[in-house]
Amino acid sequence: MQSIERAAAILRLLAGGTGPLALGEVAGSLGLAKGTVHGILRTLQKVGFVEQDQDSGRYRPGADLLHLGNSYLDANELRSLAINWADPLAARSHEAVRIGMLLDDSVLVVHHVFRPDDSVQAVDTGSSLPVHACALGKVLLAFDAHAAACAMRRPLAAFTPLTLTMPAQLAAELTLIRARGWALEYAELRMGEAGLAAAVRDRGGLVVGAIGVSGPVDRLCGQSGAPRPALITQVCDAAGAIARELAARRR
Amino acid sequence: MTVPTPPGRRPVQRLVAAIDQGTTSTRCILFDQGGRLVSVAQQEHRQLMPRPGWAEHDAAEIWRNVSAVVPRALAQAGVTPDHLAAIGIANQRETTVLWDRHTGRPLGNAVTWQDTRTANLVANLVADGGANRFRDLCGLPLVPYFAGPRLKWLLDHTPGARAKAERGHVLFGTMDSWLIWNLTGGPDGGLHITDVTNASRTMLMDITTLAWSEPLLAAFAVPRAMLPEIRSSSEVYARATTVSPGTPIAAAFGDQQAALFGQTCFSPGEAKCTYGTGSFLLLNTGADVVRSTHGLLTTVAYKVGDEPAVYALEGPIAVTGSLVQWFRDGLGLIGSAAEIETLALTVEDSGGCYIVPAFSGLFAPHWRSEARGVIVGLTSYITKAHLARAVLEATAWQTREVVDAMNADSGLTLAMLRVDGGMTADNLLMQQLADVLDVPVVRPMVTETVSLGAAYAAGLAVGYWPDLAGLRGNWHRAGQWQPQMAPARRASEYANWQRAVEHTFGWVQQTPNRDR
Repeated sequence: MQSIERAAAILRLLAGGTGPLALGEVAGSLGLAKGTVHGILRTLQKVGFVEQDQDSGRYRPGADLLHLGNSYLDANELRSLAINWADPLAARSHEAVRIGMLLDDSVLVVHHVFRPDDSVQAVDTGSSLPVHACALGKVLLAFDAHAAACAMRRPLAAFTPLTLTMPAQLAAELTLIRARGWALEYAELRMGEAGLAAAVRDRGGLVVGAIGVSGPVDRLCGQSGAPRPALITQVCDAAGAIARELAARRR
Repeated sequence: MTVPTPPGRRPVQRLVAAIDQGTTSTRCILFDQGGRLVSVAQQEHRQLMPRPGWAEHDAAEIWRNVSAVVPRALAQAGVTPDHLAAIGIANQRETTVLWDRHTGRPLGNAVTWQDTRTANLVANLVADGGANRFRDLCGLPLVPYFAGPRLKWLLDHTPGARAKAERGHVLFGTMDSWLIWNLTGGPDGGLHITDVTNASRTMLMDITTLAWSEPLLAAFAVPRAMLPEIRSSSEVYARATTVSPGTPIAAAFGDQQAALFGQTCFSPGEAKCTYGTGSFLLLNTGADVVRSTHGLLTTVAYKVGDEPAVYALEGPIAVTGSLVQWFRDGLGLIGSAAEIETLALTVEDSGGCYIVPAFSGLFAPHWRSEARGVIVGLTSYITKAHLARAVLEATAWQTREVVDAMNADSGLTLAMLRVDGGMTADNLLMQQLADVLDVPVVRPMVTETVSLGAAYAAGLAVGYWPDLAGLRGNWHRAGQWQPQMAPARRASEYANWQRAVEHTFGWVQQTPNRDR
């Protein structure tokens, strides 16, 4: 893990100095080859920890490094990056699509695409969903150990007889979700309604949100209660396409 | 529709490719038969601003970007050119490029639709007969926005260009012509054509006959030999010889007309507004050439093969998304365009502040090239969050002005606004639009309607889609916003906006009879 040590040294150097540094200056200060330092700087730039001045080509600490503790991805940014992939998911699955992020103790709906049947529906972007009782929330909890622990310390409200209200039940469910990569909500929030969701990952695998479809149980699931395999593929493909979009975005 | 695949492999559905050559980037999007997006590849190009008011693109760079994005979109979808049923092109309109037929090299940079260098040239023509002197012929007022004045300027200022143009050695085109010429061989037999929608933005085409107009060519001193042949928007022009060799090139479309087509606004009275760098409201007027008396343009909406042309009334707004870009890049108040919504939502309203972004004059319905932008209503109470809200509201109020003009010209009242384009990801803006227009705002399931329209036109030409009715079946509502603003507040804020607009008028003192 020598490269991480070196990356840390580069960040300390850039953050501690009086101004932006050129590649040669960074390499000289640390006693490393220019090529080595260049490779590390490029990676640090990609993840937003380092910025390069457009005119001078010098490096300085990136804005993301300074706001490391703050919310990492703007909710509206996620929507604008995901909108082109949420639409075709709704069109292919014939179901409503939502994208969610964790906010405090619940799921914030950051994007909503209508079920494509031209019936009367209302945009519910900005609303909250209970984190333990919907597919979006369960995916987000599965990949956020701290949020999962907090959720299990609170009373888990029952919305239907099938809502997971026992912490042990929920913990087992999250383990299953981590193993198979998607979450199913089977009449846990509303009777007769199901949901299917997968995690949206940014660079390095960091989960920043979840995308899912929801609709009547008998449309989403087969006789056995398992979701239709084609639907699982569609949801996971959409999550993957958004991940590519996130990875490709400029910093 | 499938192509043969080796045994044991899943047959792959054929797709249609759209090339969207826009103001800031070039994209290739692949669509399936359901009109659903399959893959996207995008490449931005440089915005060249050598002088204030000048805005240029490097046409050679744009051609390289087209050559790069098409293979990338194919690779992302896991298909080869054999799987493409057709390619359709949609392009930024009015952007003017001259090139050498023999070398294939552009004569200087393309002069874009945002460029205002022709202001004095146009003022001189206006002084000699008025701004509406050509309106009956071409449907357009005499303003710097269109390609004709730009072409005249380039011929006047590029040494040797006019003589070579007269002999047909130098060619003129909008971006569609430039790309099709290059896709079909360039200097080696490239096809020099344009479509009726792009031609309707030059001021050189007779809007009724759909042919180059001799009186207009004479007025702008444009040699006939340099002009492309005018074709329909949807027919197989030729097969590509490069980039996706063998694929039929089957559509060309000005981007805004493509969006109208992508929104399946095929009936008179149907309208859409596309929110991008600028915003463009188009209303289908059917086979009728409706002359505007309220500051709108008459333009060709589309022409499918040998069928009669369909016309539209258009209200272009020059600066909408580009105001958000300015807020990000010029003022540095946000890190990404989407963050403007986050910032704007931290306050209830704009605090009485209005921003009128007349950066290079105002387009519809005012057509004031001498106007310049203002921020009014500033007090010490105003924060960057109020400004963010005023930035978004500027797009909503500008749309309101165009909708009012559209209602007055058409005698109809818009009952619902179909929207598309990148800015429709901004939910706050969508709500503001519904509030100030007092009609529902509807986003369709594909926001990339410019590309979708080009794909539809290309797919129709090769039989990938059977007819217009079949395309309508692909249109679905993805989101809808209802008006929530109290009528009294709407009225008083609109009055404030209109006063703010008046403050922009007459700022630039023009100097007629000088060309620079």
